[in-house]
Amino acid sequence: MSSTKSLFRTDPGSGLFFNKSAETLMKVNAITAVVFLLIGGILASLVTATRMPTLHTLPTAEFYQALTAHGIDMLIVFIIFFEMAVLYFASSTLLRARIAAPRWGWVQYILMMVGALMTNYAILKGNSSVMMTSYVPMPAEPLFYLGLILFAVGALIGCFIFFGTLVIAKEEKTYEGSVPLIVFGATVAAIIAVFTIASGAIILIPTFFWSIGVISNIDPLMYRVIWWALGHSSQQINVAAHITIWYMVAGLLFGAKPMSEKVSRMAFLLYILFLQLASAHHILVDPGVSSTWKIFNTSYAMYLAVLASMIHGLTVPGSIEVAQRMKGLNNGLFTWLQKAPWGNPVFSSMFISLVGFGFLGGISGVVMGVEQINLIIHNTIYVPGHFHATVVLGTTMAFMSATYFLLPTLFGREIFMAPLAKLQPYLFGLGMAGFAVFMMGAGTMGVARRHWDMAFTGAPYAFEYPAIAYTLMGLTGIFAAMAIVGGALFCIIAVGTLLFGKKVDSKVGFMGFRGADSYTTERPPLLERAPADTVSHKNIGIGGFVAPGTFILALAFLATFVLYYFVNWKYLSSVWGLS
Amino acid sequence: MSTILPPTDVIWWKVPVDKSEGIWVSLALLWCLFMFAMMPIWHVYGNQNLSNEAYRTHPEVFQAKVDAMVAAHEVRRETQWNVPVVKPPVGSDVYMLGKKWQWYPALELKKDESYRLHLSSMDWQHGFSVQPININAQILPGYESVMTITPNQTGEFTIICNEYCGAGHHFMTSKIYVTE
Repeated sequence: MSSTKSLFRTDPGSGLFFNKSAETLMKVNAITAVVFLLIGGILASLVTATRMPTLHTLPTAEFYQALTAHGIDMLIVFIIFFEMAVLYFASSTLLRARIAAPRWGWVQYILMMVGALMTNYAILKGNSSVMMTSYVPMPAEPLFYLGLILFAVGALIGCFIFFGTLVIAKEEKTYEGSVPLIVFGATVAAIIAVFTIASGAIILIPTFFWSIGVISNIDPLMYRVIWWALGHSSQQINVAAHITIWYMVAGLLFGAKPMSEKVSRMAFLLYILFLQLASAHHILVDPGVSSTWKIFNTSYAMYLAVLASMIHGLTVPGSIEVAQRMKGLNNGLFTWLQKAPWGNPVFSSMFISLVGFGFLGGISGVVMGVEQINLIIHNTIYVPGHFHATVVLGTTMAFMSATYFLLPTLFGREIFMAPLAKLQPYLFGLGMAGFAVFMMGAGTMGVARRHWDMAFTGAPYAFEYPAIAYTLMGLTGIFAAMAIVGGALFCIIAVGTLLFGKKVDSKVGFMGFRGADSYTTERPPLLERAPADTVSHKNIGIGGFVAPGTFILALAFLATFVLYYFVNWKYLSSVWGLS
Repeated sequence: MSTILPPTDVIWWKVPVDKSEGIWVSLALLWCLFMFAMMPIWHVYGNQNLSNEAYRTHPEVFQAKVDAMVAAHEVRRETQWNVPVVKPPVGSDVYMLGKKWQWYPALELKKDESYRLHLSSMDWQHGFSVQPININAQILPGYESVMTITPNQTGEFTIICNEYCGAGHHFMTSKIYVTE
């Protein structure tokens, strides 16, 4: 049996077991992700400097080129490479199993790398500045689509290796009982990924054939409907992945247990059942689809996917609160939170991700996904404001949190410039939060997204936005600069740690890779069920609530949500009558 | 005690849910149901709903309709691009097309009167965006959408494009003048 030949090592700090093949794949995928984050960040600085009215750095063509590359490299390349590392970690490391088909892991990596380079090359050549969405009939080079298709095939292979590893873990009985919650969460992410990639294939393969002249026409509405089954679902992968990381950090740092396995797992399951086809909110103001279709598909009559995120929003901090109260921090409403390790970037990144995703990304996303409210938001710069709050504050900061955990654990090196690492999440988080909020503000003033010149130089009719729109775009630029410094700092710390970080033991080599002498053929011991609580739930909390502080915070969240929702209806009711 | 370990209880799905969680899930579900209900309710009681009227069309067909309207109701020409301003009869069908890189023509409408506004694109996708009131709709080639608009204020409103459409994206402006 090949399992007898599989190599494992134990990480003394965390007690985690790493399978050698899986470990190498995690490392190369994670390192590649950070490299693309760096490239995407450089592009971000060019894009934001151009959109800042006083700088207006790039010429027109270069701006759209940089914006296209920024979208592809951040939203697709960086995030999915990192997610591959997360999938290998969640299956092999957490379940103490050897990875399924490690050679296919290299096929995954090489296909994704070739695809990413191909699409970037097409953009760099200059004829493919079509934005990440590449709406037909605006044409890109065939290589642009082909690169994306290869990248997606690679990612699909990664998902199947993940599923295969789950099967091996089950077959070889590496764990007791049900899989841990965060393996469940990662499985949800992988299942959504398969659906997402299938949608991508359905639309991008014909579009590739259209670009080489084999197919004469791609219907633009059909393209939008199916493309968003790719584009939106891929954000659901991110949501499932970053919520998984929230739970993981709660477990690793606080020894937290889910408040209820049942509720948290149900909430994850709702993502599979109710998020996937909900791309409807991207086509709320499109011709050719009916209101009934839009309303139903944007909400499935109950917004159960929103419900799922609201549940995780309570259960993640709630589980931390319960764990802290059990450790004796049971006084008052918020002692558990005050005494949290705010100086540990693993925690601070995760907590900023949680709050930012909920308050800024979540609320704005649901509000603009209301059929009628979308009329006053669609395609304004409010939209990138929203999704930078979800994907950057939410997903990227969660990935940063995971990176701070993995640097010593996986790569075996202590964090380089640790004092700056304490500061980095706050700098990046505040920059990104301000960036998102001011963009949303500018969007409500009507400033368009994906637009080179808000002054409309050379247009037949001059139009001047109100002065406040210019102020908001200026502030957007200033906070973007702060986020870019924070992001650059993250890249310097991550790469610096790999190159110069103090080795945790003598077997750690270049970039944190290890020689064979770190590993043994001995199988890791069985992963046992979490031990029962030593403190009864009856002895913690206030008034029968085990997590009263979190409950109060959740109510504050709901109040903000309700208020903001009605403010937007009020604003909508003042504009021209439309029917 | 951890999220990274298998559940403590063998039959974890029968463990009762705590009060903080139970109440929150109920509140959140009620709010989600309410948010769903608001959309159909606004279709009945609200005044801002995008119509469902749309047709498949061809650029030449739509261009012909625009030209016929301009020929019949043009009142003046403006700007260095010689854009016709059209003052259509109250309640009539009015047309505006988006193309690389212009909205065409400009319109002069009366306050508190309704018009059936037809929109289509001659080439790529465009974004019909009325500023500064910030009403936005997606415009697709091959589709003709019809919405009834009722301007509720007088003044000059600018149409801009907010769906990226290439290098001249920022040239796409036109006007809707609303008069008493």
